[in-house]
Amino acid sequence: MSETGRHEDVPEENLPVEREAHEGAVTPADDPFADPGLPAHEHRKQDIDERAAKRSERTVALLFLVSMIATVAFIAAYVAIPIDKIVYIWPIGHISALNFALGLTLGAALFCIGAGAVHWARTLMSDVEVADDRHPIEASPEVKAKVLADFKVGAEESGFGRRKLIRNTMFGALALVPLSGVVLLRDLGPLPGTKLRTTNWKKGVRLVNQSTNLPLRPEDIAVGSLTFAKPEGLEEDQEDFNEKIAKDALMLVRIQPQNIKDKQELAWSHEGIVAYSKICTHVGCPISLYEQQTHHVLCPCHQSTFDLSDGGRVIFGPAGHALPQLHITVKDGFLEAASGFEEPVGPSFWERG
Amino acid sequence: MKKLSARRRHPLAALVVLLFALAVTGGLYAAFAPADKAQADDTAQSLAIKEGKKLYAVGCASCHGTGGQGTSDGPSLVGVGAAAVDFQVGTGRMPAQQPGAQVPRKKPIYNNAQREQLAAYVASLGAGPTIPEKSQYNSEGADIAKGGELFRTNCAQCHNFTGKGGALTDGKFAPTLEGVDPKHIYEAMETGPQNMPSFGDGSLSKQNKKDIIAYLGAVNGDESESPGGLDLGGLGPVSEGLFGYIFGLGALVAVAIWVAARTTKAKKS
Repeated sequence: MSETGRHEDVPEENLPVEREAHEGAVTPADDPFADPGLPAHEHRKQDIDERAAKRSERTVALLFLVSMIATVAFIAAYVAIPIDKIVYIWPIGHISALNFALGLTLGAALFCIGAGAVHWARTLMSDVEVADDRHPIEASPEVKAKVLADFKVGAEESGFGRRKLIRNTMFGALALVPLSGVVLLRDLGPLPGTKLRTTNWKKGVRLVNQSTNLPLRPEDIAVGSLTFAKPEGLEEDQEDFNEKIAKDALMLVRIQPQNIKDKQELAWSHEGIVAYSKICTHVGCPISLYEQQTHHVLCPCHQSTFDLSDGGRVIFGPAGHALPQLHITVKDGFLEAASGFEEPVGPSFWERG
Repeated sequence: MKKLSARRRHPLAALVVLLFALAVTGGLYAAFAPADKAQADDTAQSLAIKEGKKLYAVGCASCHGTGGQGTSDGPSLVGVGAAAVDFQVGTGRMPAQQPGAQVPRKKPIYNNAQREQLAAYVASLGAGPTIPEKSQYNSEGADIAKGGELFRTNCAQCHNFTGKGGALTDGKFAPTLEGVDPKHIYEAMETGPQNMPSFGDGSLSKQNKKDIIAYLGAVNGDESESPGGLDLGGLGPVSEGLFGYIFGLGALVAVAIWVAARTTKAKKS
């Protein structure tokens, strides 16, 4: 007879003798998933030793006191230290004494408040574990029935279901109200118009050196050099200078004409002097990381790379259009634009095509 | 006069005229000939060129060609001028150690006298920029604020806004300008070494260059001020973000651990 058979079939005396649990043996609990309950509360030193509690109290008070002193020091530093005083502090270097003092004192003031509060909570406030049972989220059936009944009475009394004209016009009014907010979006600014497609460059505008503010002559630009130009008449003290130079910025380089691979680029150059927009066609960063031996220009934002000896072609990176070239010529010994940019400068936009 | 005219066919007449002409020519030469000092300079110059040529033949000719005409391994040196030699040799870039994306700065190999001789020889190959005078690159009469503007327009795209340098394509890089001799900065702008474009006087005037060098001296020297505190290498958001993540967040995590840590319990007796 097997011991694995059903208990009913096994006579009592044939069952194996229940062994006594000896020391160290695991006794299976009645409920294997029983709630073990909270561990016994252990007291902190401060709970049982009044001297330790006093010590903690003094530490917390000291932290708050330091915070007070730091705040006073902050105000004193603000008043006393001149704004342009520079001191040497290892390992930071030559820094503003005022900034350093303000940062240090305000930091200490805030940190000490926080540290004091935490130390207070950890050592002195009650740390007895408290269990708070969850209550069921669902409302009782009586409450549910009452709410439904109230709603029905309200709907009946308002006539919402019966007077359809009122209901429908109310829906219409509520639907139309948000439109006024949509219309106000028009105030975000004037429509761009042709702004994205045009610059201040047009036929006959002279190229002016952005560094020296002098009109450029072809002999100013040596092979392998890099020069930045702006259109004549655009001055730095004009109110909209930044807005305009954001589109008009030009870089001029000179490449040996036999090294220019693109036919149109050669035709638009003057004895190897080529003028390109300085604005990346990806998202409009100023690009002028020009390598004079490879004629590559790199954009520092997303590494788009353009070949200035091949029509500004994109040879690497996310830019979608070649760098726009400005057709230049020489009149009375000075460089000038032979026409405006033929294509929009700067980043692509929705309607650009 | 008549007496003189009568003797014009005398057999010695030609000799007399010849002597007279020689005396006049000699006298004129003595009067207008260049001074002795200039002659001495000339010989010193030609001596330097001769010495430079010897040095060149040993150290440079294998790449730049025996007459500086350039080969497939090195560009022509005709017309690069003394400034280019002073920069390349003075910063140790030339002679190059090995071919590569870019020849880096290293300890100079030639001493000052040898460098001057090399410069004299290369300058003799064709006219080019000369070594700048001290008055061209010291900070006297320079406008530091204007220099900062010019630096940000013309140089900062590669060299970073305070000249700490940055990466370019295919292993090339713009080197840091910290601790670089102002003379070498001036020469680099003038000659455009390696892949750096040049900024001749038509592009950046002499005063512009002086202003830029003064700006770099002000922001990059040992005594440079950083009113905001730690400049973290002046590299911008990269180093600042790294510092913020490691030390800023690190400090917050440490404090949070302290707040939540188990309070010390009294020992069980």
